[in-house]
Amino acid sequence: MRNIFKTSYVQDIRLIEHGGHVFWYGLLLIAVFAAPLLIPQFFVGEMSLVFVYAIAGIGLMLLTGYTGLASLGHAAFLGVGAYAHNYFVTKLGIPFPFALVMAGFVSAAVGIAFALPALRMTGIYLAIATLAFAVILDQVFSHWASVTGGFRGVPVARPNLFHLDMNLFGWAVNIAGWEMKTEVHFYYVCLVVLILITLGARNILRSATGRAMMAIRDSEISAQSMGIHIARTKVTAFGLSTFITGIAGALLAHKIQFISPEAFNIILSIQLLLMIVVGGLGSLHGCFYGAIIVAFLPQFLALMKDVLPPSIGQIPGLQGGVFGLILVLFILLEPYGIYGRWRKIRLFFEVFPLYRAATFKRRRGYLKTERMR
Amino acid sequence: MEVLQLLIGGVAQGCVYGLIALGFVLIYKATEQVNFAQGDLLMLGAYVALTLIVEARAMGWSIHLAFWLALPLTMVIMAGFGYLLDRTVLRPIIGQPQFAVVILTIALGFVFRAAAGAIWTTESQTMATPFTGKKVVIGGAVLGAESLAIIAGTFILAAILYLFFRYTRIGIAMQAASQNQLAAYYMGIPVKIIFSLIWGISAAVAAAAGVLLAPIATIDPEMGFIGLKAFAAAVIGGFGSLPGALIAGLMLGTIEPFAAAYGTRAGLPKGVPEVSAYILMLVVLIVRPQGLFAQVHRKKV
Repeated sequence: MRNIFKTSYVQDIRLIEHGGHVFWYGLLLIAVFAAPLLIPQFFVGEMSLVFVYAIAGIGLMLLTGYTGLASLGHAAFLGVGAYAHNYFVTKLGIPFPFALVMAGFVSAAVGIAFALPALRMTGIYLAIATLAFAVILDQVFSHWASVTGGFRGVPVARPNLFHLDMNLFGWAVNIAGWEMKTEVHFYYVCLVVLILITLGARNILRSATGRAMMAIRDSEISAQSMGIHIARTKVTAFGLSTFITGIAGALLAHKIQFISPEAFNIILSIQLLLMIVVGGLGSLHGCFYGAIIVAFLPQFLALMKDVLPPSIGQIPGLQGGVFGLILVLFILLEPYGIYGRWRKIRLFFEVFPLYRAATFKRRRGYLKTERMR
Repeated sequence: MEVLQLLIGGVAQGCVYGLIALGFVLIYKATEQVNFAQGDLLMLGAYVALTLIVEARAMGWSIHLAFWLALPLTMVIMAGFGYLLDRTVLRPIIGQPQFAVVILTIALGFVFRAAAGAIWTTESQTMATPFTGKKVVIGGAVLGAESLAIIAGTFILAAILYLFFRYTRIGIAMQAASQNQLAAYYMGIPVKIIFSLIWGISAAVAAAAGVLLAPIATIDPEMGFIGLKAFAAAVIGGFGSLPGALIAGLMLGTIEPFAAAYGTRAGLPKGVPEVSAYILMLVVLIVRPQGLFAQVHRKKV
């Protein structure tokens, strides 16, 4: 078992806790960068989907897992990012990297505009409000045809790095740029964005803002007593979360190559939630585990269709049902998700004969009513 | 007479919203759990009733006999289902964060939908009832008998629930459990069983709503999404108030057809009538987060 004796505050908030991290994360980095050379192109495409989902998961995790604000409508912010990005790239001709960041800002602006009035609500009411907001945004996607293409949707071109086709102060500027023709190119773009976002999220979480967010999650009253500005922190969390989700949406638009309002419905919101709950609420690792499950499960089910008897394999809502079943089982049996299970297994081996199941036991309390406020 | 027709149709739709919202509120009031699968319980109830009626008709029973036997039987079956659901799935997570219950019930909804698709196929089906296709003419307006049946059914059900909570021993025990779980427990009320019973009642109310809704809608596994609108009604009504849920349901039901009929003429942007329920809910949540008929008490320090 590795014991780290922390002797200074700087050591407590260090990004890399010990040498083991350097080794294992380094190995992981090498593996993901080398992966396209080793695995078939189809799986490279699937992997980039995992990365996109992981980015969206980090966005939702900051809000739900770290600030304790549940959102049932995060798919709508994916949609905002996707539509904004596509508009910037195709209609305004802004180069891909800038459009990506701007899409994030548009999504964040929408998120903050929602958060400012909505944060008067707490708990379940906030979750419901996000749901309602997502339904309203869905109608906006359907009816604001000049930007979104309406019900029929719009095709999304392949991403093109540094392509510029604008009229700048009377000068027609046209730079051919570099079109990402294959899945492998796009894979690297997603990977780089994911690494940047992960490092960014990790840094936010160890900054004052991140610690304030976690304090609010654990107890709003005690956070307030410690001098944390509750409303400002919550709005910041909402902004950060929707910014990251918007970027994920922009990448998702390129990934699915066609965006329409149905792509961003409540089912996707639930999938995002499933991702962070199954992965493990309150851990960045969880986003990745969850993303792997959400991205690969449909493929796995498609494969199983041929193996299973037709009476089970041909059920139309099979995918939703299996997602639901997984979620139910995780909440009942392993509320800490895959990452929580991994921590338990690791602890079991670290302290080998001395493991006690009660270490992770959840405290059960009498319900604190929300009607008394 | 267009207005009267819109009004009756809207009130009928509103009654269905109100009944589903009633189910939400019953569970929330007693257990502070939010049941997002309420709409899917409605869907299951509609399918059970459909199956019973089809079976009874196959045995040569008249439509009246089949329907009036299927309605209570469906409610009993669904009540048992709700009781078992609480006993097996929801009781283990009592005392965990409220959010866990929200996700759990959403997930249950998905499971129910897939199960319904597997058992009854995903094709839309219609249910034959004694009211189907009959018309009633009142003062020159032609009204569907289905709508009037829904309104009547809702009022009878609401009256039964009112009498049950007001006068029966178990109803009063339920009120006690919803006001203060711990105190009710000390008074010897079996709170856990009460919770399961509440889930049973709520499922039965949802089933009744499903049977009433079936003549004016088609039955398919996705019909539970009506629960989202009913949810808006429950929130507008203040989530802890039974009359509030019914009134807000009626309100939403009547606003929708009028928004659809006159909205574009009044210059509303396209798409607004479809989401009028949610816009109203957001406004209510922002202006008066505890709902119109609130039951929030300030904590005294």
